[in-house]
Amino acid sequence: MSGEVSRQGREIVMPGDLLEGDNKLRPGTGTYVSDDKIYAALLGVKTIRSNYVNIIPLGGRYIPTVGDSVIGKVEDIGPSNWLIDINAPHPAPLHVNEVPWRVEFGDTARYMNVGDVILAKILMVDETMRFQVTLKDQGLRKLQGGQIVEISHSKVPRVIGKSGSMIQIIKNYTNCRIFVGQNGRIWLDGDVDGIMRAIKAIQMIEEGAQSFGLTEKVREYLESTSPQTVPNSE
Amino acid sequence: MSGINDDIKLIDENGIRIDGRKADEMRPLKIEAGVLKRADGSAYLEWGKNKVIAAVYGPRECHPRHMQDPAKAIVQCRYNMMSFSVSDRKRPGPDRRSIEISKIISEALEYVVFTENFPRTSIDVYIEVLQANAGTRVAGLTAASVALADAGIPMKDLVPAVAVGKADGHVVLDLNKEEDNFGSADLPMAMIPRTGEVLLMQMDGHLTMEEFDKGIEYAKKACQEIYEIQKDALRRRYADQGGSDETDDEFSSIDEEA
Repeated sequence: MSGEVSRQGREIVMPGDLLEGDNKLRPGTGTYVSDDKIYAALLGVKTIRSNYVNIIPLGGRYIPTVGDSVIGKVEDIGPSNWLIDINAPHPAPLHVNEVPWRVEFGDTARYMNVGDVILAKILMVDETMRFQVTLKDQGLRKLQGGQIVEISHSKVPRVIGKSGSMIQIIKNYTNCRIFVGQNGRIWLDGDVDGIMRAIKAIQMIEEGAQSFGLTEKVREYLESTSPQTVPNSE
Repeated sequence: MSGINDDIKLIDENGIRIDGRKADEMRPLKIEAGVLKRADGSAYLEWGKNKVIAAVYGPRECHPRHMQDPAKAIVQCRYNMMSFSVSDRKRPGPDRRSIEISKIISEALEYVVFTENFPRTSIDVYIEVLQANAGTRVAGLTAASVALADAGIPMKDLVPAVAVGKADGHVVLDLNKEEDNFGSADLPMAMIPRTGEVLLMQMDGHLTMEEFDKGIEYAKKACQEIYEIQKDALRRRYADQGGSDETDDEFSSIDEEA
């Protein structure tokens, strides 16, 4: 029952692994209790925070939590709402009251149409997994132009990096505007070359998400391809 | 078949079976997790001459709509044998046997998955038998549970499964094709090793109570062994994913433009 211990001493556990048998800790997310003992319910990394054992999943579908910033695509239009695909098991409705514009009943298509992309926030999640998103918060809006790449939502923290260090490097070297949604969608806009290099960097992060010195590797890649070193670029 | 029945000797005087195994010995089992890119979770399994691939999708929106359960997710499984998986070409498509196997496997998996976490969704499990040599339903279930864990679906435990049976009057573990065809009983079962809960059990043929008990003992031991192989497969897949020091768990939720 000994999970593999990684370099940082963080332990990978699988469903059914015993996490805690002597009542010192309390069950957190990704765990379950049976016979007064705590077991893992997920394949993931075991973490202990303020007396709770939690499992941070290593994969799986995106399940929204309130306050997450996500990048959604308009999937359908109703007379008073839009249905947003946020990469979760169900689409999330965006009600006209939750947008910064004043929309008349039945006039939704004038503001957003199927295929439009928005940066939204999860407004509410209930126990039957009904979600709602909102556009009424600072920085939330319809995204125009640009490109979207999708990665596994569990790798989002790696793309952002410690207090945003990774994403800052990508932005600085590629001159792209980038938004990372918690649901694993990344929106980028900039010149074609910059976008291509940013996408490549993101792919590098996704593939080598766990390798050591990833930030340096990405910086090296971006530096070596940056236009200043290419002789014939304007 | 019955004509050959008497001719073929399944176990020799030393208790060695035709493929050289002892009565309580399993065929070599090999599992690899995460073999498919587009599925949410997957596993490939080789168990003797059996070759099985399992893929898991979901939790995702459940279609058709009327099958949705507002209180929990449903586990839908499809067990399918490829037309080239057996020596006589198998007519493709679901038949009586594969519909039954799909049903019992989905019921076994539904018991371990925390379905109440994902209301109105379905978790779809696809099991494709590429090559069959007896015991494909237990091989399929073993692979499917690894694929489920790989898909990040919360579940009580992995589900190891194995078959026991009776050949030439001996109780044997993990029947091969010949023992299955010419033997006198087949008892596939799935069990959670930690709790001893049985999630699947079927029997074809006859066993005495003593033989049955002996078979269960064999299966229990084998399930423990299979369980370790399943965990090892997942561990190998995620061995390098302990998380790096460059990550903040409490990362800023939104990354504003610079």
